[in-house]
Amino acid sequence: MIALESIRVRFWRSMITAAGIFLGIAFLSSVLAGSAMSEIANRLSPEKLTTEVRAAAQARNMWLVVMSLIVCTVGISNSMLMSVTERFKEIGTMKCLGALDSFVRRLFLIEAAFLGIIASAIGWFVGYLGMFLLFLIRQGWAVAAGVSLRSVLMDLVTCVVVGTILTLLATVFPAQRASKLPPAAALRSEI
Amino acid sequence: MATGSEYIVRTKDVVKEYVMGNNVLRALDGITLDIRRGEYVSLMGPSGSGKSTLFNAIGGLDKPTSGSVFINEVDIAQLDAAELAYLRCRQIGYIFQTFNLIPVMTALENVTLPMVFAGVPTDEGIERGIKLLELVGLGGRLHHKPTELSGGQQQRVAVARSLANDPSIILADEPTGNLDLKTGKEIIELLKRLNRENGVTIISATHDLKMVDVSDRVVHIRDGRVERIEDRSEIDLVVGEM
Repeated sequence: MIALESIRVRFWRSMITAAGIFLGIAFLSSVLAGSAMSEIANRLSPEKLTTEVRAAAQARNMWLVVMSLIVCTVGISNSMLMSVTERFKEIGTMKCLGALDSFVRRLFLIEAAFLGIIASAIGWFVGYLGMFLLFLIRQGWAVAAGVSLRSVLMDLVTCVVVGTILTLLATVFPAQRASKLPPAAALRSEI
Repeated sequence: MATGSEYIVRTKDVVKEYVMGNNVLRALDGITLDIRRGEYVSLMGPSGSGKSTLFNAIGGLDKPTSGSVFINEVDIAQLDAAELAYLRCRQIGYIFQTFNLIPVMTALENVTLPMVFAGVPTDEGIERGIKLLELVGLGGRLHHKPTELSGGQQQRVAVARSLANDPSIILADEPTGNLDLKTGKEIIELLKRLNRENGVTIISATHDLKMVDVSDRVVHIRDGRVERIEDRSEIDLVVGEM
């Protein structure tokens, strides 16, 4: 509840964090959708590519996705750390009022989880939409719409799970730092 | 709440040293102080005299280098983090010079926050929060954010928040420091009223002479030591001289 409110009030700052997740997941989603669609395109087209060529392209894509996700995680971590520093005083006050370390940690993790879920879902949608339009233009309706609903939903689940887990992972360290602050030190800091 | 020992706060030879590079700065140099239940005590001293440090030590926000602080005859150095949080939550109310309200929450949410930490059910908390805000004269501004309130009003919210869990001690660190004369006076009167009517012990750091006027005792602190302690009767004299 407090975490939600805090996202709402610090909307633009949260959006920067969210943008990190969003971009990474959009890329992941587009690669997933792209490979599913090119699979279909390949099945429909008369001259088939060899399995080796396809596997190599697949591997290269995956490599790019992993790299981009790592970069995103670092970005989220940085932006969460900023958000902790920004709120030193607030955290100090809360601890003065009797907040436990675990409460402070939970606050940041819940905030991150919300951002993660929402940004990944949007990222999935945008990434998928992008690929859909691309294949629609290049290969026509049969290919673009040929992906089964089940695999689309599977991609959605993958994207949201990966996005949320990465966001949480990136937030563990900043949240830990926030929760361990001694209240007097946190109150003293002027920002 | 705790049973009838006479002294609610006792400090014994409290020393606090800060290490700055190669220098050791002795902010508190053996403070021994007994504060009775229901007393209104002002700590006075120039800035840098160690008032705030003593404050943090009494409030359990900072551990003294040596010496002990007893709250209700419990040595707070013996408490673990959770017990300390419990103490801060239930026994002590804090008021700060800079108000320190949570900017993203409304007045009511700020007041009910310590109740959330204490595990008070939401409905009951809201009911009590409204009552407290009415007590400090802000019944009509329950849903305003701190930025929509004046300094005096923010400090009133902070006073209401400090009372959230019905503490036996209120620690006020220069509560009027950021307020103009008139609103400062209102806050002081509010604190005095709480002290008289609810029997809350109030310990307040200040260099505001108006504050001295309502105190039962004034503790003068200089260079980390208790310089002298004045009782109310003598204080009137001092104020007269000014």
